[in-house]
Amino acid sequence: MSKRRVIPGYGLTMGFSVAYLSLIILIPLAALFLTAAGLGIAEWWSILTSPRVLAAARLTFGASAAAAGVSVVFGMLVTWVLVRYRFPGKRLLDAMVDLPFALPTAVAGITLTQIYAPNGWIGGYLASFGIKAAYNSVGVFIALTFIGFPFVVRTLQPVMEDMGKEVEEAAATLGAGRWTVFWRVIFPLLVPALITGFTLAFARAIGEYGSVIFISGNLPMKTEILPLLIVVQLEQFKYEAAAVIASGMLIVSFALLFLINLLQRRLDWQNR
Amino acid sequence: MANQSVTTESPLVRWLLILAAVGVLTLFLLLPLFAVFAEAFRRGWEVFLESLHEDAALSAIKLTLLAAGVSVPMNLLFGLSAAWLVTKFRFRGRAFLLSLIDLPFAVSPVIAGLVWVILFGARGWFGPWLAEHDIKVIFALPGIILATVFVTFPFVARELIPLMESQGSDQEEAAVTLGANGWSIFWRVTLPNIKWGLLYGVLLCNARAMGEFGAVSVVSGHIRGKTNTLPLHVEVLYNEYQFSAAFACATLLAFLALVTLGLKSLLEHFSGQKSGGGH
Repeated sequence: MSKRRVIPGYGLTMGFSVAYLSLIILIPLAALFLTAAGLGIAEWWSILTSPRVLAAARLTFGASAAAAGVSVVFGMLVTWVLVRYRFPGKRLLDAMVDLPFALPTAVAGITLTQIYAPNGWIGGYLASFGIKAAYNSVGVFIALTFIGFPFVVRTLQPVMEDMGKEVEEAAATLGAGRWTVFWRVIFPLLVPALITGFTLAFARAIGEYGSVIFISGNLPMKTEILPLLIVVQLEQFKYEAAAVIASGMLIVSFALLFLINLLQRRLDWQNR
Repeated sequence: MANQSVTTESPLVRWLLILAAVGVLTLFLLLPLFAVFAEAFRRGWEVFLESLHEDAALSAIKLTLLAAGVSVPMNLLFGLSAAWLVTKFRFRGRAFLLSLIDLPFAVSPVIAGLVWVILFGARGWFGPWLAEHDIKVIFALPGIILATVFVTFPFVARELIPLMESQGSDQEEAAVTLGANGWSIFWRVTLPNIKWGLLYGVLLCNARAMGEFGAVSVVSGHIRGKTNTLPLHVEVLYNEYQFSAAFACATLLAFLALVTLGLKSLLEHFSGQKSGGGH
């Protein structure tokens, strides 16, 4: 602090950055929390624990956790193959992993619905086994897996790329089989990245809206997700109720963000 | 072979894993992409072109370009300013500021729209005042821009900060010693060093701005031909069971996604680095 600042622009960038951050992010979020708090803690809690909100919360968190879990399994497989093996079309597939980031969520939503609906390409096939994959919680899970999958791959990829083969060679020299090497040597090194990837995918899934609402069917108490419930409240001009649900979601999201930052710091430290 | 097999799998296992991974990616990522185009052209070229020439579609395209055209430069300016601030100076609260920049990533798009409704909606804090002065924010262009700015807020800053941090300030300090002023340091020293990262951030910011659905949906009011952006127009058509038209408009957005991915790979190739996950 005592050192004189050599490079110019401190005042200007400090002033502009803080003003812009406050106007666009902080003041609007504060307004939301104040509106929610204006109802008082008892009313706040009774809205959050009303049956419809609880049902939506159960679906949102349950489907998000399941989707993030499946993303971790698929993500590990895909990352392993992309990092360790050479095969034709590899660079194209690597680039395509980011498709769910780049594809607008509404497009993902209507397309996944079209594919997994009972008369769709995959949905029709599943229907012949009596599995319904759209307009129910399975549909929500499918959409959230699509959205969360790239987070796992992109978190895992740098860790796998930087992993030296020395430990594997050492393990093999000591007589460990390939399977043992993977589970006892490689996998433990990947665990922090896997947890980070899971948390990122989970956090994104909780707030996801566009890709879910087409495939979910949106039945109250059954297939409503939390973000949709906010929209429903707004359509009835119940700003306070919407703010209460949003404040509950934000508390969870900010806790997750804090956790992600801790995990990321650990990951950076491990990669150093 | 015998030597190499210590740290790799047998060819059979290897090919089975490759097959499984390619299968997952094809079924899960490529099939939806293919489906967008297949559905759009199901009823032929004419229906496809007609759906895009519709007045409502054209005005949706215009609105999308306008919203992105305003919000991307705003966040670009913030990105540059914030990156300069946190990488060239050390000050109290710097770590806190860094985590605040990431905050919008943890906010659901619907909530990013909701905050503006609470401030400027008919029943919102400034709603009555705005109504008195006949200013429309919600269900109008300003609201759409504000919602878009909120969700795309961190993109440019997030690319620039790690890049400028890793480059250090030696060159800028040298320029100061030689008597250069702030602007010329920025234009002649910093900008050439960060141009690829900057483009990368703008690219991701733009893709999200043009494709944003949830946040914009909350503030737009879905007034056809007026406040529908392209993603909202897709939703309206789909809900009216005009599937071919909905998917025809969706191909524009899918095409945008493909161009973004292509340019992204190209920029990664040029700058020789890959961005971390977490967008």
